[in-house]
Amino acid sequence: MRDLFTLSVLVTVLASGVRLATTYLLAALGETIGQRSGVLNLGVDGVMLLSAFGAYWTALETENLWLAALVGMLVGLLMGVVYAVITLVFRAEQGISGIGIYLFGLGFSDLLFEEIVGTPTPSARLPTLSVPLLADIPYVGEALFEHNLMTFLAFAMVPVIAFLLFRTTFGMNVRAVGENPEAADSLGVSVFWVRFRAILIGNAMAGLAGAALTLRLGNFQNNLTQGLGFIAVALVYFGAWRPRGVMLGALLYGIVGALVLQLKARQIIPLEASDLAAMAPAVLTIVALVVLAGRVEAPSALTQPFSRD
Amino acid sequence: MRTPNPSRRRRWLQLLAALMALTFVAAACGSDDDDDAVDDATDTATEAADDTADDADDAMEEEEDSDAMDEDDDAMEDEDDAMEEEEDAAPASDSANVVVVACGDGSSFATPSSPSTELTVALVAPSASGDLAFTQSMVDSLTALGIEPQVTDGTFVVEEAAAAIRGYAEDGIDVVIAHGTQYGGSLAEIAPDFPETSFVWGTSSDTQGIENVFAYTPAADQGGYVLGTIAAALTESGTIGMVGPVEAGDAALYVEGFAAGAAAEGADTNITYTGSFGDVQLATEAAEAHVSVGADVLTGTAQHVVGAINVASAEGIPWFGTQSNQTTLAEDLVVASQVYHWEVVLADIFAQIEGGTLGGEVYELTLENNGLVIEFNDCRDGAADLVAGAQATVDGIIAGDIDTGV
Repeated sequence: MRDLFTLSVLVTVLASGVRLATTYLLAALGETIGQRSGVLNLGVDGVMLLSAFGAYWTALETENLWLAALVGMLVGLLMGVVYAVITLVFRAEQGISGIGIYLFGLGFSDLLFEEIVGTPTPSARLPTLSVPLLADIPYVGEALFEHNLMTFLAFAMVPVIAFLLFRTTFGMNVRAVGENPEAADSLGVSVFWVRFRAILIGNAMAGLAGAALTLRLGNFQNNLTQGLGFIAVALVYFGAWRPRGVMLGALLYGIVGALVLQLKARQIIPLEASDLAAMAPAVLTIVALVVLAGRVEAPSALTQPFSRD
Repeated sequence: MRTPNPSRRRRWLQLLAALMALTFVAAACGSDDDDDAVDDATDTATEAADDTADDADDAMEEEEDSDAMDEDDDAMEDEDDAMEEEEDAAPASDSANVVVVACGDGSSFATPSSPSTELTVALVAPSASGDLAFTQSMVDSLTALGIEPQVTDGTFVVEEAAAAIRGYAEDGIDVVIAHGTQYGGSLAEIAPDFPETSFVWGTSSDTQGIENVFAYTPAADQGGYVLGTIAAALTESGTIGMVGPVEAGDAALYVEGFAAGAAAEGADTNITYTGSFGDVQLATEAAEAHVSVGADVLTGTAQHVVGAINVASAEGIPWFGTQSNQTTLAEDLVVASQVYHWEVVLADIFAQIEGGTLGGEVYELTLENNGLVIEFNDCRDGAADLVAGAQATVDGIIAGDIDTGV
């Protein structure tokens, strides 16, 4: 147990936690924009699965990781168009629509994988990059500045999304249609198009998250995400619909997961308690959500379809 | 739902065989790098463990032989031998329990030309047919018996599996294989409703007292023990990392057997159960954690090991597989895999069903009945050197001289 608290072990846990947080963060940041506009998307996991397959297959065929990431994002965009049509044009109930998107993504990605690839086949993987100078900082450098490009991109997106939401006209409109679409509409803001764009951005980021996952693992199999997209949706609540809060939630979730794995690898957690320990990140998230409940407020028009009628 | 098509697979294998034959001819006739060509031809066969020493001697003789014509002749002979051995490839019950699988061959499963039974068979399984793990081992085994089953895979959710099992029974399928421990409760409800249908369920060592249910289970600890002893010989740090799903069923048996085998040879094992069968990302990080505490050999079980194998690949450290042959995931790093040859027990089960007995018996895959086969990967250097030691351990387990402790 004493060995656990050495600096090198803590660095290892932090590095692993950052890696685990990457996918959650990308997906949750995108979902933050969508929810800020009043649109809940429970289909994030399905979008991630389809995008992950698209990216994986592209990497397998071309070994071009840039193209693979782009394909992942484009698949996300395409799914975003579908979801926008369902929720904005047909004004379908968002929760049910999201579940439908998830089930479609789960089943269709499985079908595509089995028909086109068949069995897990290693593909090209994202290489680990070191940030010049910063990676040389003792301990911290290894934990924070030696990751693949998607990890750096995910954390770089936090201030970008924050700027977009709180410092631009588009962001102001997003928040306005998420809080009071009628008022926004009366001021000449197109609720439809603002939400449409927010959905597209959210789904594109979910697609990027799926690509980040498969390109880091260098492989694919059915239900690769294992419900990761649902965790991302929960992290939006956890982070109180703010990019920084979402990032902290993703980091907490990732680091607790990494800590549990390190404790298991060191046999500090007995095998009998292994399954119990595996639930730790989820339990922590639930506890945090319970604690936060009532202290933060969701966008007032979240899940509410808008109609001038 | 994907239904494997053995006839298409056979056509591919025939095409592959033709290409291999051409390769052999080219290798034998080539004037450059004859030694390599001869070695390649030799390596192409799936070798029984007892033949390994003889093969090694042959290879030495071939390397020492400077006469190009003689080498060509040897190559042609080896080629014939290789083809004969492939043609003779039968279910593992007729072969050895420690084999070296030639690079690129995938596994030691046979590909018969005709089905071994006229019974209609359906398979319901929790993961994908091509998962290189639990489900694929059953698909490969049925294929080895020449059976083209109807397949519903990826049904980890018990309710979905129950619907599929009942659906197949209602359709009049003779044999429904419920390939998942978690399906036991559903079978207890469904099987009595269809007394004319035989249900084959595993992994389980209990038929639940239902007359039309056969049960099957692998003694995965046996192969695990064998692989553990080999892993102990390969580790330099003395620490081996293991990534399992949950501490239950054949996964736990394998992990415990492997740990016992490694301990018997003086190596430590660190065990992580991720709590998930399919979470590849978690398995990846679990393997990373093992490496961070000094593990220089890795193993694992369940379909999520795809991630752990990637870590082994990135770190360049040896990997040991189980359930199916996992060589294709890291050709130069997978040392050996414990492969489930379910066809050993399925053949007997089908014979019983054809004889009118629809259930009531429990079958076990063991090293002794060749239901468990240790498949070494010939793509990795030094595979042949490890065979003799593995065979000795296998013989010790079969003779009862070695106890896996499980």
